[in-house]
Amino acid sequence: MGNYYQPEIECASREQIRAWQDERLVKQVKHVYDNVPYYRKKMEEKGVTPDDIKSTADLHKLPFITKDDLRDAYPYGLVAVPLKDCVRIHSTSGTTGRRVVAFYTQHDIDLWDDCCARAIMAAGGTNEDVVHVSYGFGLFTGGAGLNGGSHKVGALTIPMSSGNTDRQIQFMIDLESTIICCTPSYAAFLGESIAERGLKDQLKLKSGIFGAEAWTQEMRRDIENSLGIKAYDIYGLTEISGPGVAFECEAQTGMHINEDHFIAEIIDPETGEVLPEGEKGELVFTSITKEAFPLLRYRTKDICVLNREKCSCGRTHVKMSKPMGRSDDMLIVKGVNVFPSQIETVLLNKGYAANYQIIVDRVNNSDQIEVKVEMTPEMFSDSLTEITGKEKELVNALKAMLGIYAKVTLVAPKTIARSEGKAVRIIDNRKLY
Amino acid sequence: MTVKQISVFIENRPGRLAEFADIFSKNNINMRAMNIAETPDFGVLRIIVDDPFNAANVIKDAGYIASVTNVLAVAIPDQPGSLLSILTLIGENDINLEYTYAFPTREKDTAYMIMRVLENEKAIQVLSQNGVKLISQEELLKLY
Repeated sequence: MGNYYQPEIECASREQIRAWQDERLVKQVKHVYDNVPYYRKKMEEKGVTPDDIKSTADLHKLPFITKDDLRDAYPYGLVAVPLKDCVRIHSTSGTTGRRVVAFYTQHDIDLWDDCCARAIMAAGGTNEDVVHVSYGFGLFTGGAGLNGGSHKVGALTIPMSSGNTDRQIQFMIDLESTIICCTPSYAAFLGESIAERGLKDQLKLKSGIFGAEAWTQEMRRDIENSLGIKAYDIYGLTEISGPGVAFECEAQTGMHINEDHFIAEIIDPETGEVLPEGEKGELVFTSITKEAFPLLRYRTKDICVLNREKCSCGRTHVKMSKPMGRSDDMLIVKGVNVFPSQIETVLLNKGYAANYQIIVDRVNNSDQIEVKVEMTPEMFSDSLTEITGKEKELVNALKAMLGIYAKVTLVAPKTIARSEGKAVRIIDNRKLY
Repeated sequence: MTVKQISVFIENRPGRLAEFADIFSKNNINMRAMNIAETPDFGVLRIIVDDPFNAANVIKDAGYIASVTNVLAVAIPDQPGSLLSILTLIGENDINLEYTYAFPTREKDTAYMIMRVLENEKAIQVLSQNGVKLISQEELLKLY
């Protein structure tokens, strides 16, 4: 208890949070309507004016905004302040289609840094810590966000960025880093590299803040063991600000959404209807304090559940579950919904590494799914019968989880592209569109 | 009375075995015997070398997954029927032979086979009692 950056906000009463949200939403809707023609047009099409929005109870009346809108309006179409007031941009990794560019005023960056500072303190950080930021710096929000948050906490910040694993480990040992921030796949890779070099004993790490990628509880345990830390989850997206939209506390029963800045809703991804409390659906965010790039009802495509039960950490902000999948990551194979996280869970349960690649293909008009898995010393044997036996068990476990047959291919260690950024988990060769 | 076999995971793709052999060549390691069991995707390469500890380290440092197993090296008189008599002996004593492969040497009258069984102790006892000669890792070094 007590690791708060802004206790008066993080532990505010529900009534207080609601009051902030009501007031800020009304103001934000007006700001957007007055300054963003693209938005005004969308609202007019739906027959909504700022006068219709009197509190958060009216939020559902507003139109959604999606990644397609962001691409349509690229680059300046959604900016709500004069460009002279903007001080920075960030951009999504842009693996599909056009990049999305988000704008920030100095005020926006300050509030974003505050959110990251809350996350760092929730992970046990203080001004006596050495925060090792191995997220990429640049257009990606990861590096800048945690770097800014760490400054706010007053910790000694190492802006490592990603890559050059040997140098990372050297700095970690020499400068006695205590908190590491990076993607979970890079944390797992660092853990393996440190184990290979036999350097775990020389680390001073106590916790890690990992996000920007899907990861499972099993992967969390692997990382915690290999680095000797407690691993915390962090959630965010460039469109809304960056990392720190939500973060985990020591209770680790979900991530607290910074509700003084972001209103969260869960909707049915098919119909767009707001779902009742506790139901699983698509997460939608409204940023109520952003000046430069405020988004109203932005559809994240992340599938999750909100939980308003009182948290043992003392924070009162709503908690979101770890995303259970992304509607755009979701594969439909032979008509069955397949989430990569399901495959990862099976692999870890069966003793394989969480490094895998899913390859989907269409052969003779029929979908085929293949999962490439790296061989591990534990799974290896001189007996082919034993290896193929274990392989068969894995095929059966995948079938039980997914409901369809997936071919398993065992490959040599470190051959699946991983690493320093986001791991390529899915290759869809079907070319259906 | 066993010898150490190193087993290595190798993907079943063009050039993979050559890549592996290159590491042995660069580290001046000589293979005494080898065998591959393969599936369409990968193979298990099994090898016998003079210094298995050094070789296993070299292999692991090169990033391969490998394991070391104790296997039997059985001397067989170089004449028709002698393999049959050993196999019969093993079978009659209910010892399951997982796999076996030949081990070439320059000895004139004796051939050697590597045999992998689950119960090494039992197999050693049965074979020795019936006059079958097994060689140890040390004796392996003298064989040429």
